[in-house]
Amino acid sequence: MAEKVLMKGNEALAEAAICAGCHHFFGYPITPQTELAAYMAKKMPKIGGTYLQAESELASINMVLGAAAAGVRAMTSTSSPGLSLMTEGISYIAGCDLPALIVNVQRGGPGLGGIQPSQADYYQATKATGHGDFQLIVLAPSTVQEMVDMVFLAFELGEKYRMPAMLFSDGLLGQMMEPVVLPEPGQVKIADKPWAVTGHGGKRFHNIINSLYLEPDLLEKTVRERYERYAAVERDEQRCEEFMVDDADIVLVAYGASSRICRSAVVSARAEGIKVGLIRPITVWPFPNDAIKKAATHAKAFLSVEMSMGQMIDDIRLALNGSVPAYFYGRTGGMIPSPAEVLGEIKKIKEGM
Amino acid sequence: MRTDLNLVLAGFGGQGLLFAGKVTAYAGLVEGREISWLPSYGPEMRGGTANCSVCVSDEPIGSPLVLTPNALIAMNLPSFDKFIDTVVPGGVALIDSTMVSAKTNRTDITAIYVPATKLADDNGLSGLANIILLGRLYKELGFCSEEALDKGLAKCVPASKAAMLDANRKALKLGMEQP
Amino acid sequence: MAVVFERPHALTDKVFSYCPGCPHGIVHRLVAETIDELGIEGRTIGISPVGCSVTAYDFFACDMVEAAHGRAPAVATGIKRARPDNIVFTYQGDGDLAAIGMAETVHAATRGENITVIFINNAIYGMTGGQMAPTTLPGQITQTTPYGRDVKAAGYPIRVCELLSTLDGVSFAQRVTIDTVKNVRNAKKAIKKAFKNQVEGKGYSIVEVVSACPTNWGLTPNEALQWLRDNMLPYYPLGVYKDLYPDEGGAE
Repeated sequence: MAEKVLMKGNEALAEAAICAGCHHFFGYPITPQTELAAYMAKKMPKIGGTYLQAESELASINMVLGAAAAGVRAMTSTSSPGLSLMTEGISYIAGCDLPALIVNVQRGGPGLGGIQPSQADYYQATKATGHGDFQLIVLAPSTVQEMVDMVFLAFELGEKYRMPAMLFSDGLLGQMMEPVVLPEPGQVKIADKPWAVTGHGGKRFHNIINSLYLEPDLLEKTVRERYERYAAVERDEQRCEEFMVDDADIVLVAYGASSRICRSAVVSARAEGIKVGLIRPITVWPFPNDAIKKAATHAKAFLSVEMSMGQMIDDIRLALNGSVPAYFYGRTGGMIPSPAEVLGEIKKIKEGM
Repeated sequence: MRTDLNLVLAGFGGQGLLFAGKVTAYAGLVEGREISWLPSYGPEMRGGTANCSVCVSDEPIGSPLVLTPNALIAMNLPSFDKFIDTVVPGGVALIDSTMVSAKTNRTDITAIYVPATKLADDNGLSGLANIILLGRLYKELGFCSEEALDKGLAKCVPASKAAMLDANRKALKLGMEQP
Repeated sequence: MAVVFERPHALTDKVFSYCPGCPHGIVHRLVAETIDELGIEGRTIGISPVGCSVTAYDFFACDMVEAAHGRAPAVATGIKRARPDNIVFTYQGDGDLAAIGMAETVHAATRGENITVIFINNAIYGMTGGQMAPTTLPGQITQTTPYGRDVKAAGYPIRVCELLSTLDGVSFAQRVTIDTVKNVRNAKKAIKKAFKNQVEGKGYSIVEVVSACPTNWGLTPNEALQWLRDNMLPYYPLGVYKDLYPDEGGAE
């Protein structure tokens, strides 16, 4: 196995993307994703790839659209305010059925907000990343190693289902260093893309990459077909990690940075004899409904822990459909909940049970 | 089981605190332990205070943000003021007494005052007060083998500055010799 | 029987959806003829804008991408960077290129992207029904300047070729029109040069075509061309604004 190295999440992700055959990066500077773009700027020229600093996030996401339309693996990275600008392009990418990777290293909002870690873009990532009926595959890493591994998964799933994928990170994961094993070069399987605009070479009718359907019945048909693919994603691609859930009375649900804190809280609670477990969504879309429902057969309460004012809690409640109460604890604005705070919430729920 | 190290290193940008944190993390990595390193980032990096959290453990690291350290290295007064009361009882605080004239009145922690910046300057090791303090912390806690610490140091000194490795080793040793 | 005139190969059989008297058809034809003459249809990728020519992807026989409003230069950049050996062109109107897409336009130009931009300036938004464009003339009546464009309130028109010609990244910028046979022929030369430049790696080329919108101007096609001559051309003088390779055809 390759040697473990210490890398920042942002840099490890960048290196992994290059290993995954993504040689076209378009971005616009914003904290706290800067190291990712800087890494690309350093590496891409050396491998004959593209690093392009665009004039805005509007431009960078549309450059990604162009490169993805041309059939290559392409990506951008940004942080929350930049993602807002990209939502237009992401809607078009989804409407054109293009695979592409968008990294959101979340920071506090709304508005200019702050630059410290946050998870307040959950609604944006899973419910409305732009206008119209569409979804992205949204992967939420919780370690630097996962940031590496999920880059591959994001490209593969995006190509399999012909839809954009988001790596849903935050300032904490992006900035922290952990030991990581980088993938061996080569061994990348990139899907065939007969739909891509490559120049028809006189060998086929022209390919058109387009999201415009002026006839409403045709647009409806196209969207419905897309939703059949989404249904397959929801059926086959739910991913989560369960930690001490089997006998848990109280199940925490947390992804990304806050899941790490919850894991510590679970260990502390167990040491005090409280039966607590953790479901950590790895895909936040598709949301791991099945795991939530399964845990609800024995759990007496759920607790959503987020670095937001409470967004994922809605999906937990939808999955539970009233069967078991779900509570919320969160910090926002760049504040990170402490394991002690989460333990306090667990005890409150325990007392009320 | 070895004890966890939850270390906060804090001071001005440019004092090499992030570097010293990285050396510690790499030493843990060499020993095959779980580690994390988390810097403060943003405008505060530019001329203001810089700090980082380092965790070394045999268990997966939960929060990489250390709120209650069992070891603190403080290299300026604002950092001393901000973090000295967060150290857990029984913990260790290393304070650069060249930069911080204040003393803590806590008796439940081991506070060690080392004039690291002056020592560095006097011994031709300017800019390595961070490593002197790390050496003294190592003497107190022995958070890894000496071999691992040396390997960690070697990993962190970039090839382009290989000449600095010996100076860093000297600083580490000097730190370990401090009372 | 000898064929003396036919549809360019680079146009599909699809019937244009443009209004009677609309010059889009002429410019489409000039672009298609150019693609044919340079023998590049098989490796050309076009980008249609948002506006009347949004469905240009149905008319050009090369591979096509439909971009978001104003973003065609960014999409073109992405394609060209991914496939530098392909020929990439955008076809954009004035609202698309000079209002919502001005940042993308200026930055693609200043980066010297090796692409070709065909810019249709008819001083009005056609598709949405005749609103003020960034190139609408002072005093010109549109749906959103019902009393005529008041420059105190709505500002002045933008002269795109003049503006872009100040950028070092621009290789070729020429303004042409299509009101007469002679001018159509000259427009063709400019368009051909703009494509040829790309084939030869000479960088960013833009051809601004001063055009007409009889429907939204409320004029007959002939009246519209006369209005173009009387009002547009004095404000938007024809000519070459930038040419790094002046001796190599095109400009007149």
